[in-house]
Amino acid sequence: MSRIIGIDLGTTNSLVAYVDEASGLPRVIPDAEGRRLLPSIVAFTPDGLIVGEGARRQLARRSADTVYSVKRLMGRDYEDIKGELPYLPFQVVPAEGTVKLRVGGREITPPEVSAAVLKALKERAERHFGEPVDKAVITVPAYFNDAQRQATRDAGRIAGLDVVRIVNEPTAASLAYGLQRLEAGVIAVYDLGGGTFDVSILRVKDGVFEVLATNGDTHLGGDDFDRVLLLWLLEDIQSRHHAELARDCVELARDPELMQELRLAAEAAKIRLSAEERTTLTLPLPGFTYRRDLTRTEIERLLEPLVGRTLGPCRRALADAGLSAADIEQVVLVGGSTRVPLVRRRVQELFGRPPHSQLNPDEVVALGAAVQAQILAGGITDMLLLDVTPLSLGIESLGGIVNVLIPRNTTVPTSAREMFTTSVDGQTLVDLHVVQGERELVKDCRSLGRFELRIDPMPAGMPKIEVTFLIDANGILQVQAQEQRTGKAAAIEVKPTYGLSETDIERMIEESFTYAEADVETRMLIEARNEADTVLTHAGRALRQGAELVTPAERASIETAVAGLRAARDSDDRDRIHEATTAVNRATEHLAEVMMDAALKGALGSKRATEILKEPE
Amino acid sequence: MNYFEVFQLPRRLVIDGDELQRRFYALARRTHPDFHQAAPPAERAAVEERAALVNAAYRTLRDPIARADYLVRLEEGRATREGAAARPKAPPALLAEMFEIQEALAEAKAAPLDHAARATLVEQRDRLLDRCAGEERRLRGPLAERWDAASEAERPAALSALKEALAARAYLRTVITDLAEALGEEESGVAHHRH
Repeated sequence: MSRIIGIDLGTTNSLVAYVDEASGLPRVIPDAEGRRLLPSIVAFTPDGLIVGEGARRQLARRSADTVYSVKRLMGRDYEDIKGELPYLPFQVVPAEGTVKLRVGGREITPPEVSAAVLKALKERAERHFGEPVDKAVITVPAYFNDAQRQATRDAGRIAGLDVVRIVNEPTAASLAYGLQRLEAGVIAVYDLGGGTFDVSILRVKDGVFEVLATNGDTHLGGDDFDRVLLLWLLEDIQSRHHAELARDCVELARDPELMQELRLAAEAAKIRLSAEERTTLTLPLPGFTYRRDLTRTEIERLLEPLVGRTLGPCRRALADAGLSAADIEQVVLVGGSTRVPLVRRRVQELFGRPPHSQLNPDEVVALGAAVQAQILAGGITDMLLLDVTPLSLGIESLGGIVNVLIPRNTTVPTSAREMFTTSVDGQTLVDLHVVQGERELVKDCRSLGRFELRIDPMPAGMPKIEVTFLIDANGILQVQAQEQRTGKAAAIEVKPTYGLSETDIERMIEESFTYAEADVETRMLIEARNEADTVLTHAGRALRQGAELVTPAERASIETAVAGLRAARDSDDRDRIHEATTAVNRATEHLAEVMMDAALKGALGSKRATEILKEPE
Repeated sequence: MNYFEVFQLPRRLVIDGDELQRRFYALARRTHPDFHQAAPPAERAAVEERAALVNAAYRTLRDPIARADYLVRLEEGRATREGAAARPKAPPALLAEMFEIQEALAEAKAAPLDHAARATLVEQRDRLLDRCAGEERRLRGPLAERWDAASEAERPAALSALKEALAARAYLRTVITDLAEALGEEESGVAHHRH
């Protein structure tokens, strides 16, 4: 079996890993600069695609054409995500079976955006091994439904990868722990990432990782933390600075670039407050500088309801596993959002024992994916993962009621057989509506698709069609039908409610080759230009806001450097762009310092700052 | 192949859980698709089907109640599909009491619950939960042992005793769910997934 890589396709960051033959241990593959995480961000620029760090740097400047957190849109339709749209700086429009993003002058589906991220990881692995890589295990949240899993698999195909297995993230994490003999017994994996939450209860014994139950929320994660903080920040700025805002007619929420900067500032403050008890937010805004002390207690009050939402799924998973919190022997934390101290406290309270995260919570899922890849490649034979389907699968029966065929938390692969017949003489079509979810009524569940069985005409009730619903080890549904009297396989036409058609995918694979960003050299040039743009924006703003703080001579030297970079920006000489960028950075260094000093003095001298200091915590 | 045959077990109801798990893990190691990645596409479907059968067999046999239910259906030759039973009928022994409860339920549906009515429903629910647990204890203990020890001639009687207990339990569970619903409780305590 050829090499298979393990990929964690995350909401915020993605990683690729493999199992090192010599040590038998999984390792993350870094990029050429040694970076292990690839930000799951794709920028659509006139010069081409930028993926990762380069795209992240221009989030604020090119917000309408820079896509982040696309995982939250995978396998969903417009209705599902309408509520999210006001927070997304890029344009999302409805499309059949999916949504489309209008970015960089074209329309693109979420799997295509994810494919760009996967492709970057694939190239990373190929550079590392010095040979082509075309097989991968990709992780998804355990609570992903069929459509979301299919969308992920489609993304892999578009990126030129044969996705040999879709693995659930918490179970992947348990494999990474298990490989290093760090866990045995009954464990709970609490996985709170950038956009999704999962909890899985497993029994680990004799190399078998048996998932007993899983639960979660595919729309709950660090992004939601940031959003709550952003809304609070907006309100706080408005209440403290309404005079300045009114004077300059600034409407914060209407400015996507500003919103993006506020979001990034909120995220950064959240991260700092996981390590420190207090931090200071300093934000240069048009016409004034916002500055405020923020304590961990304050943000915990804001985050509490979101963290609370993770506890219900934990209790339901325990109940489904037939266990109580006291039966759990170890609690493992996975996902960057578990660094938030409040999350750790609530998990500890629920399970009655301190959780731990010996392995890096950002990397453990990718490491586990690599372990599963190695199992599939035949390199590991003493470990076996037995996972479950997270959601009940049923078909619509009379009156819009769901008839459950496969209950949630059934070990996969699993199958169910059901007999169908006709109700009218000569009927040649039997229509099945397959849904996923825990509610009794079809309308409250997730529609997966309609299956149309075509049979030969017979009197009513005569045909006996046996339909087999199989959920494979990927958690993806396959349907087969056979007419029992004739033994003929009935033709099935599938009309998926969500997702891309086979023709769509083939076209996208095609297009992705034509879009293939030339070579590394070109991409680095594009990145250099983007870096130049970012620096130019900052320098321009600094000159506008702080011109009177420096001497005319200094101002002139900055302007010269800026003009130099403007001229270099469009050249094809990457080194020249870099040099000019560095020159501008050097020229504005002093101005930036002076501006920060002024901002600090201004803030501390004002009455408002005194109020902040007196505020009770 | 029936579920007992999957694990090479006789049709008995008292099963050592640890031993069953050991056999399941051993079988899973042989049948799981992870270890048959190189199989040609035509064989892959058979691999998945076999793994699905092993999983279904384990899911059913590890739970004493589902195991008894499966055995009854197997003995009666209708073990083709799990679940989807019609609403169970009240066992004769419970009829009088159930009549009373149904009346209370009808009242609860007609008007909002006052404090006293709620207390009555809670008390009835708790009594039925006790009774349901009692039926489950019988199914796991004496009735299972009786089946296992039965001679060929004694089997029909042992089987119908199992059947009656299963029907009583199923009926009790639906009434408990109804009561819980009337009380506005989301989870009834019997809506346990693994029985």
